Amino acid sequence: MSDTGIGKSVKRREDLRFITGRGRYTDDVNRPNQVYAVFLRSPYPRARIVSIDASGADEVAGVIGVFTGKDLSADKIGDLPCGWMVKSKDGSDMKIAPHPPLAVEVVNYVGEPYGIVVAESLAAARDGAEVVATEFEELTPTVSVANATAGAQLHTNVPDNVCYLWELGDADATNAAFAAAAHVTKLTFSNNRLIPNAMEPRAAVASFDAATEEFTLVTTSQNPHLERLILSAFVQLAPEHKLRVIAPDVGGGFGSKIFVYAEETAVAWAARRVGRPVKWTADRSESFLADAHGRDHLTTAELALDGDGLFQGLRVRTRANLGAYLSTFASSVPTYLYGTLLAGQYRTPAIHVEVEGVYTNTAPVDAYRGAGRPEATYVVERLVETAARELKVDPAALRRRNFIAPDQFPYQTPVALEYDTGNYEASLAAALEKSDYANFAARKAASEQRGKRRGIGFSCYIEACGLAPSQLAIQLGAGVGLYESGEVRVNPTGNVTVFTGSHSHGQGHETTFAQVVSDKLGIPFENVEVVHGDTGRVEFGLGTYGSRSIAVGGSALVKATDKIIAKGKRIAAHMMDTNADSVDFSDGEFAARDSNQKLTFGEVAFAAYVPSNYPSSEEPGLSEKAFYDPKNFTFPAGTHIAEVEIDPETGVVDVVNFVAVDDFGRVINPMIVEGQVHGGIAQGIGQALLEHGIYDDGGQLITGSYMDYCMPRADDLPSFDVDMTVTPCTHNPLGVKGCGEAGAIGAPAAIMNAVTDALGVVDLPMPATPERVWRAARG
Amino acid sequence: MKVSLTVNGRRHDVDVAPNTLLVDVLRGRLGLTGTHVGCDTSQCGACTVHLDGRSVKSCTVLAAQVDGAAVTTIEGIGSPDALHPMQAAFRDCHALQCGFCTPGMIMSAIDLVQNVENLDERKVREGLEGNLCRCTGYHNIVKAVLNAAESM
Ligand code: FES
Ligand code: FES
Repeated sequence: MSDTGIGKSVKRREDLRFITGRGRYTDDVNRPNQVYAVFLRSPYPRARIVSIDASGADEVAGVIGVFTGKDLSADKIGDLPCGWMVKSKDGSDMKIAPHPPLAVEVVNYVGEPYGIVVAESLAAARDGAEVVATEFEELTPTVSVANATAGAQLHTNVPDNVCYLWELGDADATNAAFAAAAHVTKLTFSNNRLIPNAMEPRAAVASFDAATEEFTLVTTSQNPHLERLILSAFVQLAPEHKLRVIAPDVGGGFGSKIFVYAEETAVAWAARRVGRPVKWTADRSESFLADAHGRDHLTTAELALDGDGLFQGLRVRTRANLGAYLSTFASSVPTYLYGTLLAGQYRTPAIHVEVEGVYTNTAPVDAYRGAGRPEATYVVERLVETAARELKVDPAALRRRNFIAPDQFPYQTPVALEYDTGNYEASLAAALEKSDYANFAARKAASEQRGKRRGIGFSCYIEACGLAPSQLAIQLGAGVGLYESGEVRVNPTGNVTVFTGSHSHGQGHETTFAQVVSDKLGIPFENVEVVHGDTGRVEFGLGTYGSRSIAVGGSALVKATDKIIAKGKRIAAHMMDTNADSVDFSDGEFAARDSNQKLTFGEVAFAAYVPSNYPSSEEPGLSEKAFYDPKNFTFPAGTHIAEVEIDPETGVVDVVNFVAVDDFGRVINPMIVEGQVHGGIAQGIGQALLEHGIYDDGGQLITGSYMDYCMPRADDLPSFDVDMTVTPCTHNPLGVKGCGEAGAIGAPAAIMNAVTDALGVVDLPMPATPERVWRAARG
Repeated sequence: MKVSLTVNGRRHDVDVAPNTLLVDVLRGRLGLTGTHVGCDTSQCGACTVHLDGRSVKSCTVLAAQVDGAAVTTIEGIGSPDALHPMQAAFRDCHALQCGFCTPGMIMSAIDLVQNVENLDERKVREGLEGNLCRCTGYHNIVKAVLNAAESM
């Protein structure tokens, strides 16, 4: 095998531009004659817009125009849609609040945009925005998720602010399991609201060519084709073929850049309106206020066990905060991406979950790294750990007793999913070994001697990645397919340009996808170029989220590559005077089995474009496309073990060891996969110990900057001990499962299990800040 | 007002408003877009450059303050064919993912290696506390800085 093939830690080719300052992010893009936009944002959580007087701004030198929601609706710009129709348990459709890109009559969260100021310079746009006089009539807001259904009604079509009451699983069977249980463990907790904080703020540069009526929108998107589809089909900005969306280098997404937002919509519209390119870049304060937030659940969960400690039933009631409007995929996150994961790694036969999605006067809440699956893992793994403590059973042993065994796959869970493969004992065993679990008691005693409290916590998580198959997802309410497209274009000289509908914003696809294609074609890694992120160059795509890129996008490329090889065999057979069935392809060579003739990949590619000795039945050219629709989800799983030491005097939690043993199936580039795990763990530890998006009772975001929202910094975290076990996925051609979210999914429960273990308390809310820990430590 | 400064060895004379930030001169006037802006409260470090050899957050420095000074940005420390050891270490150790924090991180790390003796993991973590990275969890950044410290 070459040292750049599948399974090798190839150094990333994208790095050279990033480490030398030559990356090209949206804010680095400038258009001749461009103007600048600043948004007018609501200072109130809920208010009626009485009047907007822009006359002051018009006086400011350089201001070109102030536009409001009314201008957009006059131009028939439609609402921002939600792409997943969730039905309530009574069969009714979820209640969709109208969501104009710029608020027209009522604003519903602090920071909601209701106008856009366009000016010759950023300074002029800011000065103009300062002097727009907007009269608001304040309305009573509904802020807390706990009181959401009793609070003032946000939207006239949504009684009690309930978007849906969704359920999954068998309620009767679950109730019966509880009735017969020998032991019930019950917890009530929240899953704290998070603010994604990709380091690159969102941005957009839009231009409109009046001659061709074509828009070009450069923007910070994880899925430019989806952005184009929504902006044309739903928002009605322009027909799809007149709209090009480019997502160049994007500085992290973590879900927050999946969605179609008000700002890029308004900026694109304004470019046509003022007839000049318009640029907007969020400042960090805007990111805090107006990027979609994550998590924010209130949950009561119960686990029923029999006398042998076997799980018999799981009952979960969750209220999920959706914010003021439904963001692009908001409805699916606390339902299909959450309830379906509640079986975890266990054989629990009866599960029932009910989720009430509610509107509040806060920023929209949508997918953030893990999206529903960290919340599900938190429920299951906090319960299991607590049950073990209550029953005085070793937490590893209790898990083991309930694991789905390797010979039980495929395994149908009671919450809709069929796991194809896994080996949960293997990753648990490896993690126990690495964490030196056997000697934990001695370490704990040593800590106690120094006046510290030590705890250990487990999290045996499962996730479902590569959302699939399209037909099923659409039946369940998805508004789009969930396949991915890929194109492998062999150029006449034998090098290859690969086009993928996945988007890379840190994941390193330019490297891994080139590894896959060069490995399959047996050509040098350097000869394969990967193109992504431009609807003008890539045919179609659904982008990157839910750890889907290699499992779905990579599989599409394998499929296209297989077509290339099949056609190459037919061409080579003609050239070697044999039939295609007698041609083998390996290591970049076509070999005739019935003679000793061979042709290189380059020779065949050349023949395809200079077809002199060529089969009459074949079209010239060597370029193939494929759409890959996954047959099932993939199911990465693993065990994370956290060990913490707490100083009861200060309440500071020191993460002294963090072990992650993950099963991602086959791994294309171990270096990159480990990096993904590190980043996910950091976000998971951030959720458990540091991060919390907080609105005060009056609806103001009080964690709106890095002064108040505690991001994990280098000195908050340890180095991580990461390893892998492998059970290849059974239903995609690479045997891959996806690795992008695992860290964020597994880590919070592991940390909180360790913290509660150290403190000897049943529960502690996330984030376990020094204040909370200090109070808990004092009993 | 007129400001003259040397950036990556080249002298520039710029005419700016008195409230112009150094980072805006670098990005907007000189087209040096390797220096990034990640926040508005001087807390992310994405904008870190060297001013007369020491690292500063260029979003917190007025252009007027750097009259006569020498500024080095990420574009000035190495090129793809001749990487600075810190750049090379970042690549070798996979210390970057999206790359947005990377220029600031590298500029801070160089300052750290040049000015702190006997670096170890703890010192690197404390020394980079002013630079946020959302992608890497810092694990590989710490590794890269310690590696580069050996070769610098
Ligand atoms: S831009 Fe964040 S510190 Fe300068
Ligand atoms: S590499 Fe993305 S923020 Fe550091």
